[in-house]
Amino acid sequence: MMEPVYLAIPLAPLLAALVAGLGGRLIGRTGAHTVTILAVAVSFVLSVWVLKEQLQDGAAAYNGAVYTWLLTDGVPMEIGFLIDRLTALMMVVVTFVSLMVHVYTVGYMHDDDGYTRFFAYISLFTFSMLMLVMSNNFLQLFFGWEAVGLVSYLLIGFWYTRPTAIFAALKAFLVNRVGDFGFLVGIAGIVHYTGSLDYAHVFHAAPLVAQQSLSLFEGQPWNAMTVICICLFVGAMGKSAQVPLHVWLPDSMEGPTPISALIHAATMVTAGIFMVARMSPLFELSPTALSCVLVIGATTALFMGFLGVVNNDIKRVVAYSTLSQLGYMTVALGASAYAASIFHLMTHAFFKALLFLGAGSVIIAMHHEQDMRRMGGLRRQLPVTYWTTLMGALALVGFPGFSGFFSKDALIEAVAESRLPGAGYALFCVTVGVFVTALYTFRMIFMTFHGEGRMDAHTREHLHESPWVVTVPLVLLAIPSVVVGWPTVGPVLFGGYFGDAIVVQPRHDVLGLLGHEFSGPAGFLLHAFRSAPVYLAAAGAVAAWYLYLKRPDLPAMLRQRLAPLYRVLDAKYGFDWVNENVLAAGARALGRLFWRVGDELLIDGALVNGSARAVGWLAAVTRHLQSGYLYHYAFAMIIGLSALLGWLLWNA
Amino acid sequence: MNVGLPSFLLLAGIVFSIAIVGIFLNRRNLIVLLMCIELMLLAVNFNFIAFGRWLGDLNGQVFVFFILTVAAAESAIGLAILVVLFRERRSINVENLDTMRG
Repeated sequence: MMEPVYLAIPLAPLLAALVAGLGGRLIGRTGAHTVTILAVAVSFVLSVWVLKEQLQDGAAAYNGAVYTWLLTDGVPMEIGFLIDRLTALMMVVVTFVSLMVHVYTVGYMHDDDGYTRFFAYISLFTFSMLMLVMSNNFLQLFFGWEAVGLVSYLLIGFWYTRPTAIFAALKAFLVNRVGDFGFLVGIAGIVHYTGSLDYAHVFHAAPLVAQQSLSLFEGQPWNAMTVICICLFVGAMGKSAQVPLHVWLPDSMEGPTPISALIHAATMVTAGIFMVARMSPLFELSPTALSCVLVIGATTALFMGFLGVVNNDIKRVVAYSTLSQLGYMTVALGASAYAASIFHLMTHAFFKALLFLGAGSVIIAMHHEQDMRRMGGLRRQLPVTYWTTLMGALALVGFPGFSGFFSKDALIEAVAESRLPGAGYALFCVTVGVFVTALYTFRMIFMTFHGEGRMDAHTREHLHESPWVVTVPLVLLAIPSVVVGWPTVGPVLFGGYFGDAIVVQPRHDVLGLLGHEFSGPAGFLLHAFRSAPVYLAAAGAVAAWYLYLKRPDLPAMLRQRLAPLYRVLDAKYGFDWVNENVLAAGARALGRLFWRVGDELLIDGALVNGSARAVGWLAAVTRHLQSGYLYHYAFAMIIGLSALLGWLLWNA
Repeated sequence: MNVGLPSFLLLAGIVFSIAIVGIFLNRRNLIVLLMCIELMLLAVNFNFIAFGRWLGDLNGQVFVFFILTVAAAESAIGLAILVVLFRERRSINVENLDTMRG
């Protein structure tokens, strides 16, 4: 039985997080990183074993509950695992990147006061992410969803003495709440229509739901499945940072770099992608929702790439690149090429984690300087970092043969086959996006590692390669970044690797169309030279070379010439401005209105203090009756008596 | 000469009125106030006796005894309070006694 193994995979990091988090003072720094690294290593080894069971030994997908939390209205709320090939792949990716990041952190956080706390957080994150991907029901999915959001919040605000970090953490949390609201509404819709939270049950009942309609506005019937899918996708937009809920991801770079690699590049932000792929039986039933996914993903892919070109912070460039690549994955989801999306997710996890960790290594060498304008020529001092980062960069731009090439090319081909509304726009965005990707990636490489050193003399003297705990994870991540595409592209994309885990309707099956032409990775490679993306990527790299190495005076001139365009990009299309000055300010104004008028004026003023004041006024008036003189009281008594007598006599 | 019921009632009324006027006019002396209250009770006694006699009912006469007893107790307590008050305030001027003023 595999059940204890499935349980051990998420619970090992949880246990380590508790030990390191609660007993951090007792076991010290060495104890904290030993226990957490060991736990994640255990998870990784077990995950690889599970993947092997699924892949080689052809074990059937496991779907079972391990614990029933409660039963309400006949809806059981359980903790359960669904282990199929999709899950197994995600588990391996998550635990591998997490393990690398754990090791890397030993070097990166070396002299930080929050060392043990950091390890506790990232182990907790690993647990949460594993719970998310291994779930077999919506409740546990939501639990993992919120838990990774919480850890993300904690880690963005890890350096809690910096105001910018606190702001960024809060921003990430609030923006994710918007997405989570949609997600929760979607789940509520599912429970309403199917009466169950269990994936298998819901997927079984999905075709019936797709025949129902509901009326959001008077006289406007909507397909129930479309509404549910769009609500779920709003959740994915928050977590996977799609326009317009992307604003938190660049700011999340305030957190330590290992976290940017693990949470904000490789794993958590792909939770939305994973979720949509997992929900493919639902999304397949609603072409409207798929179109929506397609357009939003395409917008993110192209327009966030542009922002990477104008940014000077090395981490933010990688962050915008992450946004853009998440857009690519989303486009693939919209085109029903779920397998391509998950494939890109996997290769992206490797090379983007590598790029972030490489950027982190540069930041260590530069004494926590992140501005690329003060770097340059670092390839001589940081050879390992340079070569590994270059591998990551080549994978990112889709250099033929590297992992990113297979995934991105397959993805673009799949979009080209899609016949959904918006597919043309999406194809344009992802194709142009290839050029932009190469431009900003090589701009970063050239500004950082090539040319003249622009740092000050003190930093220049102290430049040296990072310690082995930093470089070993770089090398270990560089290997899959380069080669993982070769053995996996065939089975994952066209070989029916995912089996029943992903459902694609025949009329949407773009990968199936591509599969007819597929003849092994080498043929795929040759085929790519007959299509545009490879040349666009090369053009982007050459453009970056020309602008930032050959003629470094050109970018400044371009900035002058294209000042309005530059201003738009520099303001990040004004999303932040709108959020802060319209949405946040509007919400605050509304809150102030309720506070001043509703609370202070009506409740406090009129009801609470008003009644007290009325009693006080009445008392102030009546107190004048009390003169304190005996004869007045006597007089009052006699008057009263006389009046009473008079009344009696009068009536008698 | 024959003294009838109306004369008694008239006397009682006069005595009661004197007491009321005494209470109103007197602004100085607490003792006078007490005496006025006694006068009021006496006026009531007159009424009781007169009606008791007139109606041939002894209950009226009996009530007078009760009232006299109560009046004696009341003035004893009143005078005691008065003595304490005088010790405290060195004055029994009614106009100064306005502690209860609202």
